Amino acid sequence: MSAATATLPTRIRPQAGRFTRIWRRRSTAAVLMCLPLILLLLLLVVYPAAYAIYLAMLNKRMTAFVGMGNFVFLLKRATFHLVIFQSCLFAVSAVIAKASIGFTLAHLMHVIPPNRQRLLRGLLLIPWVVPLALSTLGWWWLFDPSYSAFNWILDGIGVPQVAWLGNTGWARFSMILVNTWYGSPFFMIMYLAALKSVPHELFEAAAIDGASAWQKLRFVTLPMMRNIISITVLFSLIVTFADFTIVRILTAGGPQDTTHIFATYAFEVGIQSGDIPLGAAVSLFMLPILAVASFFILRGVMRRNREMAAG
Amino acid sequence: MKPRRLTSLSRQRRWALRGSYAALAVFVVLFLVPPFHMFVTSLKTSAEISGQAANPWLVQHPTLRNYIELLANEHYRGFFLNSIKITVVVVAVSMAISILAAFSLARMRFWGSGVLAAGVFLTYLVPDSLLFIPFFQIVGKLGLINNTWGMLIVYPTLAVPFCTWIMIGYFSSIPKELDEAALIDGASWLQILFKIFIPVAMPGIIAAAIFAFTVSWGQFIYPLAYLYSADQMVLTVGIISELIRADVFEWGKIMAGSLMAAAPPVIIYAFLMDYYVSGLTAGATKG
Repeated sequence: MSAATATLPTRIRPQAGRFTRIWRRRSTAAVLMCLPLILLLLLLVVYPAAYAIYLAMLNKRMTAFVGMGNFVFLLKRATFHLVIFQSCLFAVSAVIAKASIGFTLAHLMHVIPPNRQRLLRGLLLIPWVVPLALSTLGWWWLFDPSYSAFNWILDGIGVPQVAWLGNTGWARFSMILVNTWYGSPFFMIMYLAALKSVPHELFEAAAIDGASAWQKLRFVTLPMMRNIISITVLFSLIVTFADFTIVRILTAGGPQDTTHIFATYAFEVGIQSGDIPLGAAVSLFMLPILAVASFFILRGVMRRNREMAAG
Repeated sequence: MKPRRLTSLSRQRRWALRGSYAALAVFVVLFLVPPFHMFVTSLKTSAEISGQAANPWLVQHPTLRNYIELLANEHYRGFFLNSIKITVVVVAVSMAISILAAFSLARMRFWGSGVLAAGVFLTYLVPDSLLFIPFFQIVGKLGLINNTWGMLIVYPTLAVPFCTWIMIGYFSSIPKELDEAALIDGASWLQILFKIFIPVAMPGIIAAAIFAFTVSWGQFIYPLAYLYSADQMVLTVGIISELIRADVFEWGKIMAGSLMAAAPPVIIYAFLMDYYVSGLTAGATKG
């Protein structure tokens, strides 16, 4: 097939030279067109990733090879145990919150006729559209120790003020709150797209059979959306787990290094304190969970593509 | 029996509709609290902000002074200009790389093309916070630390994989008959790409370009780690460093500066919402 189509054009244009003929060969042209992408992936993703592993095995001055020394050192430190705990707590609770709110929003939105969804959908997506580094500044100001506008409301209703970022527990809550605010619209959009692809007749049939709202959700919606739900959740898990912006701006890891997650701790150790190898080791701890989640996402996406190709 | 059930169904539906509108309105209000508060603060003078007695959710003497002073501030204008120039170049470079690659991967299967497509998707999942430390060394060796153009090396790694991935999806949905006919007529691959694929897949290209724009405009960790002097900074990091001097927080200006910095993506979104949404969902529903 490819040989036939490759010789065809040359016959039509007999004046074509040797270079043109090679260029017209399907595979040569294909590889040339992919070359920038291949170079980018090799030089700017694969190489830095491998380099990070190499860096993580050097000493602080990068003069000697220490093997797994940095990783062992980290695992022995109480601060780093907190980092691991805090990263998992942050990612898991934020993803659960985002998925629940996004799912609720998508369901509420699905009741409304599609031609009247635009304005509401547009307004609900604003948290996702504003660059996170900028909107987090707005949140930071809302959490300000002396001028917090939230505390003004609490005062008004007679509830004691909250040290939003000054107390470890509340600081963790605040970060999860900001991340949930930012990420829920994404879940809403993904679920809404999935809901729209569920054939309407299924709901009609369930309604006529007298299914309750819960039964419709449990036996029609969830099975139809299972794949897209798992893709979205895993994807969000990766992004939330690797978050940097929110924690960096709100607390920079404080109070007393109790709210660091992997990325902010790696930044503090590697860039601010200048221990590049240790910083590289910190961020490499993210790799296992990222790899596992990525594997399942890729599997889910491929399966969905096959289903869509078959259907 | 039958008519009663139908009316109860439609009544049920009407209540569900009202309930949905009400609940969604509550969510809209909650979601817009932070931007609203930013806006209110941006209209206040420092004196009004520090006068603690007044309601922080309202503004007594609205003024545009924060905006005007920022626009007159040479550094702030510099951040804006740096953000624009790096974003424009990154979008152009990323789109060029991903359109070419996606065309090749969608149409001209070659040895290893399946693996490459999966690899593209996997690199999309590699977060910036995993690679910023090795890149610090690499950018440093290239002598591009504290240089806005150094961002040109790192930003495309975030934009290109996803853009390529969704462009593969858009290109694959174009009927094969179209390019086979053109091929028989003697068109070259590049002609097919420019005369057929790019015009037909324009919505996908716009969606991918919006994604590249958003990523590049809002990037935070790389400029925070690599840029440290005011003339090289971009908006996301410049606002904090310029407007916070020791313990003096100019909150009115920080909010005004953030809102102006957020304006370009929000404006693009307001006009191209459908492309934006299709780009958002394309990663999982297309490709």
